[in-house]
Amino acid sequence: MTRAKDLLLRATNPTATVFVLLVLVFAAVFAMNPGFFQGPSLMAFLKQAAPLVILAAGQYFVIVSGNFDLSVGALVGAQVVIAARLIDGEESRTAPVLVAMVLFGIGVGLVNGLITTALKVQSFITTLGMLLVLYGAIRLWTGGAPTGSLSESFRVFGRMGIEDVPVLGQIPWALLIMIAVGAGSVLLMRTRFGRVLMAAGDNERAAALSGARVGAARTLAFVLSGLSATIAGVLIGGFAGVSAQVGDGLEFTVITAVVLGGVVLGGGRGSVLAAMAGALVIEALFTLFNQMALPATLRPAVQGAIIIAAVAYAARRRPVPTATATPTPS
Amino acid sequence: MRTTRIAAAAAAALGILLATACTTDAPTEEAEDTATEAESGDEWFVQADYDRQLAQRDIEPEGDPATPWLQAIEPEWVDTSAFAQEGGDATVCFSNASVSNPWRVTGWITMQQQVQVLQESGQIGEFRHSDAGDDDDQQISDIQAFVDSGDCDALIISPSTTATLTPAVEAACESGVPVIIFDRGVNTDCAVTFIHPIGGYAFGADAAEFLVENLEPGSTVLALRILPGVDVLENRWAAAEEIFADSELEILGDEFTGGDAAEIKNIVTQYLQRGEVDGIWMDAGDGAVAAIEAFEDAGAPYPVMTGEDELSFMRKWQETGMTALAPVYSNFQWRTPVIAATMILAGEQVPAEWVLPQEPITEAELDQYLETNADMPSLHYAKFGGEDLPGFPDAWQDR
Repeated sequence: MTRAKDLLLRATNPTATVFVLLVLVFAAVFAMNPGFFQGPSLMAFLKQAAPLVILAAGQYFVIVSGNFDLSVGALVGAQVVIAARLIDGEESRTAPVLVAMVLFGIGVGLVNGLITTALKVQSFITTLGMLLVLYGAIRLWTGGAPTGSLSESFRVFGRMGIEDVPVLGQIPWALLIMIAVGAGSVLLMRTRFGRVLMAAGDNERAAALSGARVGAARTLAFVLSGLSATIAGVLIGGFAGVSAQVGDGLEFTVITAVVLGGVVLGGGRGSVLAAMAGALVIEALFTLFNQMALPATLRPAVQGAIIIAAVAYAARRRPVPTATATPTPS
Repeated sequence: MRTTRIAAAAAAALGILLATACTTDAPTEEAEDTATEAESGDEWFVQADYDRQLAQRDIEPEGDPATPWLQAIEPEWVDTSAFAQEGGDATVCFSNASVSNPWRVTGWITMQQQVQVLQESGQIGEFRHSDAGDDDDQQISDIQAFVDSGDCDALIISPSTTATLTPAVEAACESGVPVIIFDRGVNTDCAVTFIHPIGGYAFGADAAEFLVENLEPGSTVLALRILPGVDVLENRWAAAEEIFADSELEILGDEFTGGDAAEIKNIVTQYLQRGEVDGIWMDAGDGAVAAIEAFEDAGAPYPVMTGEDELSFMRKWQETGMTALAPVYSNFQWRTPVIAATMILAGEQVPAEWVLPQEPITEAELDQYLETNADMPSLHYAKFGGEDLPGFPDAWQDR
């Protein structure tokens, strides 16, 4: 009895809304097409969803500390285009280029973080500026459209997996990377860094006065976001190859995912697991729309309505100051 | 209390889904009912244009087939002696809509190479250009700036959109400068010449007819489209719908992809999860390879497919040996406007509407085109028509 009550309380706390929604959307997908839950197609779904889930984890760190990172979509696009141009089909260049991409991702995150924390520029502006800088620089560098191509070994991460697994077919590398990033993020939020990050978003002054190095933590959050965009770039590039539109609009999709996961814009509340679940919900919604053969022109409207409904529902719960309604970092 | 809220939210969400499902069913059925009749009421379908473009495909163009960028289909020659200038060394100005996709990038390189040749022969002095970055307002002010400068002896415009740019083009015509329009059109015929390949209907029809011929009746076809609301792309789909309606093919859906490879692969993968897909129709070749890879990764047999003459698609086509066609929106049209400018400034006749040939690349020509373009990057277009320019091949490789 108490257990049932406990479960009920858990299910209604704001971060849990997203899991309820996830179950609902999956139920609807199942109703439309039971075949979706067969191993291979479920694996294909997770492979395709992995980049957004990873981006959501990165964005979570930034949002929970009270900032935004609008530059991730442009960074994903830049990474893929840079990789294609530098690798240019040569297998031997794969490893050095991957290292260069990681450094570039860290560099972009560091610049975002330092401008926001040291120069006190609002992150919305910093990262919007970074979005435009990356977008423009890439177009300048490539003359408007990407050139070169990715090597087969680069594409392994996003396209291949462990083959011939019974029932599942292929376990995509992307899924394993996604699980690793998820586990790493959960552990990270349990460390001192995670608590400082949460405190910085909740009450910056209080956190600073209690001796936490807020600026350093926030900067690190941007670096993590830059890293997540790099991983997502490797996976998206691997999944589908290069196109000029890679990454377009991803920043809004991922912020939507994080908010859908019950993470409060402005920081201080929400769990990284729920943020990643939010990304899965968005991907599952795309799948559902596809199964329903909903006209493409109507989809954004329906997606918007569902998101507003879900977030509004979660927001109604928030002011209640009970122990269960205060999410713990994890 | 809490459970009721969950229930309410769930009901609301389901309600939205169901409501949209219901409302969207109706128009689809309607469309099927009327599909047998000519859908001339469609916003993007003009029966006369459709008929003309389909007929133009079979008309032998005037001019040397070795230089298709100088050929013209049923030209009506106009006199340009009023614009004739002595001594060459003319300043030619070019207002470009953008170089925001590989097709435009390829064409822009070709145009610059052509300009170089004409500059060396002394037919063109200065060549000025502006890039509006797909922004109508920017392009209107670009055109205005060229007109106000008074330096342009000829003005080439590649309009970003049709209706919005029309007044700016009219103003340019009134200034007395010979105006040359190419690629997308405007709603005025004040320009000396309007250069374009046959058009979107012909592109869409070439692709749709190929699928109808190469697929068994009852086969399933998925249509992948870039964006709604762009006339050249809408015309392609309108023509395809017209041809599919008279066929025995089952159209599974038409999806907008934004030309994003990841999106294309997601969509095709999902359709493959739901059932067989025998054919793919695309309104442009961007991301075609991602669609083919979706079949590979799902372990499904290759579809019969139409893409575009972008090399990434053609190379994949050759590699897999699939049944495919590369419809072409002639990229070599980027050479024509600068040549037209020199013709007009020399007082030579030009066609009022300069319709360039537009022939798809078939399997028979595939190897030959790939051989010619062997060293070209994958986002290059096979029918770019610059093989005889002095900058070939370096200018197109190093972009």
